[in-house]
Amino acid sequence: MQNGVKRIPGGVHPDPRKRTENLETVVMPLPAEVVLPMQQHIGAPCKPTVKKGDRVLVGQVVGAPTDRLAVPIHASVSGTVKAVGPRLYAGGRHITSVQIESDGEQTPDPAIAPITTRDPAEMIASVRDSGIVGLGGAGFPTWFKLTPPPGNTFDTLVVNGAECEPYITSDYREMVEDPMAIIRGIKLVQLMTGIRRVLIGIEDNKARAIDRLIKASEQDPEIDVVTVRTRYPQGGERQLIYAVSGRIVPAGKLPSAVGVLVLSVNTVSSITAWFETGMPLTSRRITCDGGVVAKPQNVRVPVGTRLGDVFDFCGGFTSHPAKVIMGGPMMGVSQFSLDNTVLKQTNALLALAPSEINQEAESVCIRCSRCVTACPMQLMPSTMNRLILDGKSEEAAAVWHLNDCIECGCCSYVCPAARNLVQSFRYGKAEVRLAERRAAQAAAAAGKEK
Amino acid sequence: MELFLTAGSSPHIKAPDTTQSIMRDVLIALLPTTVAGIIFFGLRALVLVLVSVIAAVAAEFVYTKLMKLPMTIMDLSAAVTGLLLALSLSPLVPWWMAAIGAIFAIIIAKMIFGGLGQNFVNPALAARAMMLASWPSQMATFMNPWPATDLVASATPLPALRYGAGQVPTLFESLIGRSSGSIGEVSVIALLIGLAWLLYRRIITVDTPLAYLASFAFFAWLWGQDGLFTGNVLFHVLNGGFLMAAIFMVSDYTTTPMTRLGRIIFGAGAGFLTMAIRAVGGYPEGVTYAILIMNCCVPLIDRAIVPSAFGGPKRQKKEADHA
Repeated sequence: MQNGVKRIPGGVHPDPRKRTENLETVVMPLPAEVVLPMQQHIGAPCKPTVKKGDRVLVGQVVGAPTDRLAVPIHASVSGTVKAVGPRLYAGGRHITSVQIESDGEQTPDPAIAPITTRDPAEMIASVRDSGIVGLGGAGFPTWFKLTPPPGNTFDTLVVNGAECEPYITSDYREMVEDPMAIIRGIKLVQLMTGIRRVLIGIEDNKARAIDRLIKASEQDPEIDVVTVRTRYPQGGERQLIYAVSGRIVPAGKLPSAVGVLVLSVNTVSSITAWFETGMPLTSRRITCDGGVVAKPQNVRVPVGTRLGDVFDFCGGFTSHPAKVIMGGPMMGVSQFSLDNTVLKQTNALLALAPSEINQEAESVCIRCSRCVTACPMQLMPSTMNRLILDGKSEEAAAVWHLNDCIECGCCSYVCPAARNLVQSFRYGKAEVRLAERRAAQAAAAAGKEK
Repeated sequence: MELFLTAGSSPHIKAPDTTQSIMRDVLIALLPTTVAGIIFFGLRALVLVLVSVIAAVAAEFVYTKLMKLPMTIMDLSAAVTGLLLALSLSPLVPWWMAAIGAIFAIIIAKMIFGGLGQNFVNPALAARAMMLASWPSQMATFMNPWPATDLVASATPLPALRYGAGQVPTLFESLIGRSSGSIGEVSVIALLIGLAWLLYRRIITVDTPLAYLASFAFFAWLWGQDGLFTGNVLFHVLNGGFLMAAIFMVSDYTTTPMTRLGRIIFGAGAGFLTMAIRAVGGYPEGVTYAILIMNCCVPLIDRAIVPSAFGGPKRQKKEADHA
């Protein structure tokens, strides 16, 4: 074991509330139906390959990718397709979704078999077929990450076990319950990418996970477990890379610019599962917690399970939840309906009591500069907020580095005036993108006239 | 079952501190020096404190009502301004002057510029400057502390040192506050207890007060009584309004810069100006004008200092040089 080499700038230390950390993961009984949106990755939506009335088997492709940043979507239950059509999701957009009624049999697709190839290019291509995306958050396709962009090479794999968001323990349970799966996955990634040096970054409040992984990696001198300070957003990609390796990812660049590939522990173990069984990503572990959840725990659920079904399995609500969040309380997305479904990248489901969430009204900035101190990207949140509200988003971007904001929420978290800083930055970034697109269109039109 | 759920932007949780809780902590931090002032200067000090606080809060109440603005007195910032003003006054100032000062601080220096967070100068110091200009003799007449028998002091420690008139207090007297001066500025120990509270509650950081102290101490030493580099640094630090300003004025959120570098520049500039006025200016005390002048520089400082983002060009270079 070694200690992190650098302390990340800024950050906050919210109450961890990891009540589920000592509870064994429970496999949830099959839901009656699942709904699979055709977009669970950052690329374009997949094209449904099934129609109403079709019979599907577990692991069968139901959505085929249409661009490079898309990965296939697989049936997570066996049964009958009940509907294919658009549904409204928390992002505010309608996404084509496939609704499957389970037959309760969970019959796997007979074509499923362990992946035996050990040719790096073929292995990476097969990861695309697995449908695996980064299981920690944004849903970036893993196969795409495994190949560095032209001109860059990887020399270090950073495995992200920081799990700095309050409540969430799904990565922690993976590390405690099956550390060897993570180590085997690391070896597969080493084969695919040629990377030798591996650093597993874990926050120092997760002693058991650190212990398990040190034991599991004893025979592998190339794998080091690195403890980092317990501080949000330690698990942010740029922050973790800095903490474990001292490297700084240049603003606007990807980690590959400094030779680093970052994968979360759950992503690594799902790579293991894919190669060892050939079963695509059709189920995952999620933390179900929050003040109004009767029985908080980690559950393994099929992708596409209704949120309401997960909460019902966890004993239902003891009182009306003030907010239901997919993900953590710092960066998660609040849900407007319990009919929304678990996605591949969903690591937690929280139903929070009124006392747990921020319900303060926004008041004026008192210039206390707590947001400046808390910002892990060393930006000036209050200045950017003022400019954006004045309609000067472009100045906020050009002078004050608005686009470097990672939307971690530290500034809003510490603000005594409860200002909606992060929200304004999302708006400001959208304004800047719009202005850039208009400028490009105007330039194109001017070019045509000539 | 269909539930009504609240949707909203992340983050969904927030640290417990609010504007009101911060102001409450500042009031608590001001309590020891307020009590010390009342002990040494008696009932008149208590009356001035009450009049100033009530006038400040009432002024904000009336202004927000008349202008149909959201009511803001519950954020306690008006109470802080009123208390800071009272503590910076001589106990011999008539109560109505304190009331006018407090109303000026709130209406002219704060509310007209948009209220909390928008004022460009420290309201309490602006009011004090207005009062110095309007009633110079009353503002400069101080009283002897308890248990002295004669009411009016010949001079406070700063002119005593500068012009050789009156008594220069001993170190012990300065520490407990048995010297003549403004209500809240005499007891060093009480002020330091307030500082300890602010630091413990993480209301302020030490950067500005330390920069102010370092710069002030250097120039106090430089501009000595008997030529260059002969100054009595400890005397200057412990007497007059320096400590009060170092703890409660240069650490004011609204009227100081947002970046650490900016705050250090602010503190250093204020330290130089304070001592320049004390040593070579027309007044024995320079704290008020020094900080007001630096307040006016804050927008410039905040515009000039644009931190480079984590991974931005400057920082990258620094790390590369380091490696």
